[in-house]
Amino acid sequence: MKVNVEPETRAALKPLSEQEVLATLEPVLGTGEPIRGPRALADDWRRFWHLTYNIARNEFKLRFFGSVLGYVWQLVRPLLLFGVLLFVYSVGRFAGKAPHNAVALLAGIVLFTFFAEATSGSVRSVVDRENLVRKIQFPRLVIPLSVVLLASFNLALNLIVVFIFALADGVRPMVSWLELPLILVILVVYCIGWSMLLSALFVKFRDIQPIWEVITQIVFYASGILIPVALLHERLGSTEFHLLMLNPLAILVEQFHHAMIDHGALSAGQVVGGWWQLLEPAGIVFALFVVGFWVFNRSAPLIAENL
Amino acid sequence: MQSTVSKAWPILSSRASMSQTDSTAAALVVSEVCKSFQRPEETTHTLKERVLHPRRRAVSRRFDALHDISFSVRKGEFFGIVGRNGSGKSTLLKCMAGIYATSGGHIWVDGRLSTFIELGVGFNPDLAAYDNVVLNGIMLGLSPRQARARYREVIEFAELEEFENLKLKNYSSGMHVRLAFSVAIQVDADILLIDEVLAVGDASFQQKCFDVFNRMRDEGQTIVFVTHDMSAVNRFCHRALLLERGRAVMLGEPDKVADRYLTINFTHAAEHASQGEDNTTEGTPAASDVPRFGNSKATIAEVWLENDHGNRVTSVAREEVASVRALIEFHDDVQNPIAELSVENDEHVPIVVASSLERTEHTGHFRRGDRAVFLFNFGNLLAPGRYFPRVTLAHRGSGLAVIDRYQRDFSFVSINARNTGGVIDIPVHTDNWVLDSE
Repeated sequence: MKVNVEPETRAALKPLSEQEVLATLEPVLGTGEPIRGPRALADDWRRFWHLTYNIARNEFKLRFFGSVLGYVWQLVRPLLLFGVLLFVYSVGRFAGKAPHNAVALLAGIVLFTFFAEATSGSVRSVVDRENLVRKIQFPRLVIPLSVVLLASFNLALNLIVVFIFALADGVRPMVSWLELPLILVILVVYCIGWSMLLSALFVKFRDIQPIWEVITQIVFYASGILIPVALLHERLGSTEFHLLMLNPLAILVEQFHHAMIDHGALSAGQVVGGWWQLLEPAGIVFALFVVGFWVFNRSAPLIAENL
Repeated sequence: MQSTVSKAWPILSSRASMSQTDSTAAALVVSEVCKSFQRPEETTHTLKERVLHPRRRAVSRRFDALHDISFSVRKGEFFGIVGRNGSGKSTLLKCMAGIYATSGGHIWVDGRLSTFIELGVGFNPDLAAYDNVVLNGIMLGLSPRQARARYREVIEFAELEEFENLKLKNYSSGMHVRLAFSVAIQVDADILLIDEVLAVGDASFQQKCFDVFNRMRDEGQTIVFVTHDMSAVNRFCHRALLLERGRAVMLGEPDKVADRYLTINFTHAAEHASQGEDNTTEGTPAASDVPRFGNSKATIAEVWLENDHGNRVTSVAREEVASVRALIEFHDDVQNPIAELSVENDEHVPIVVASSLERTEHTGHFRRGDRAVFLFNFGNLLAPGRYFPRVTLAHRGSGLAVIDRYQRDFSFVSINARNTGGVIDIPVHTDNWVLDSE
């Protein structure tokens, strides 16, 4: 059966021409500010910070109050690893002669835990918060940064345990402890670089996650946590050692040991063979931050569509 | 019925107040905005594929969601954006909100803008109301201090005092929505972008939402409202924009836009339905051989709807005069048959039943081979919706001696922007007076 559509209805179906549409509009001036679409950063820095802080805070609250033993669980992971490694340490042959071995090991584990948590947690962060990204306008960089901030909260709590343990083990407070905040800041900047890069890339490449898991494992062994840097220095050829020490985490951990526990340990400068050579890993941290930001910033406007 | 009461005066009053303020000042200007999406045909979602096939270009198809949309929303205006599913209205809203980057054109906004695409974005089911309210408030543009200060107000408006310490996952969906809406209305924005969030909550809460909208409008807040609920458009909006397949089709008075929307909507549906019917008759000839009543002394060959100007139509507006007509072919001599029309709605409830029996004169004597038209003329008072006319031809007398009955899928649509909820929209006069008190 044929359905006849009345001509008037046909006319209604036909879209108005551009002039007709414009004719229905009153002349208006483009007043106010242009809408620029989604971006990585915001004009309002206070809002940027409030968002980052409150997202991290809510996540932190969840872990803390989500279960009866909240905080304990947060500690159990690094402590368990510490226990196992301490056993391996004492059985294995690389138990160093340096004093406060165990404290150095624990500090290394805590720093590595922070690195792993901040970076691995960022990988899926933007995709997992799809709901937010697609439904509301906010600076996109808030998401990976809140993951790093959350990891920083945990780091702060874990460091308290490290310090208690260190004092109990006979480490005396030193002036060089003042260096520690700077080391931590550099570590955070390094992790932010990774978290921006990884979270932006994961939107397009979903196998970043397993790849990053493997890399994290490698980084653990390449950062002088289990095997002291001094030992690596003795055993490895200078080129291999030099390559290994391009890893900023290794240098940060070693300098942390040096400043916190034992001035006898190698300092960052000694590790790379001269203070000016620290420019290499510093350059890596800086370059990673810049590249990470560039990649994230470039993909930010399209994240909502590409998810 | 409360709705019609609250409807009448605020529209008038706010329209009046609007003309007094500077109506030329634009709160939001959308100029030649285009938006296209790249839809990849094969998604290469892994780095491995990229590394293994570096030269393979990802094939993607461009989909234009919006073409050259231009309009402006004045300060203090309640502006509706309507359109069918997939017409691009939500995409447009997301472009205005800054969630999607536009592919072309510009959007300017004068004032603080806040968006409600979905209520309770970012609510975490494992946290209590307080944490969620504060975070959601910050998301929507409040400072943390403001968000904390307004927490009590939010809980009171949402009527959740007894449940505020519960985790959100233990809330019913209604409570969830109430909480989310209560946070949303706390936001001090000059311009609100709202995407059909009204279809939520129970009746009393909905009324509360409507009251809030009325209040906002009367306070002169600029609101852009995306919906396909035409009654809401008529109730709230000062002007409305109609989108169809990513293009602006019409901009103007809400009732006219609503009429146009219904026309487009139902015409599409009618064309679609008739195409579907054609397919089935071609594909399976048996489908047309529906068992038919009657002694086949005549057949009702066709039934259609004709308007006052003699054109066949598939839709009829309110109070428009139209006629259902039936073409009857006689295969035998028939004396004074009677024709009966029963107009059923889509729930198969007969709404109108009429018969030629009610006429005083007889229908006449028809011979073998005659073709005749029987018509049922009426002024349309049907509620908006789809109607199926059924025509029955019978011998005079018993009423059961059916000659033929037409009950195929012909249907027409009653277009009526005011949906009262009743089955028939008869004009009703209302009045009231005070009785003398003693």
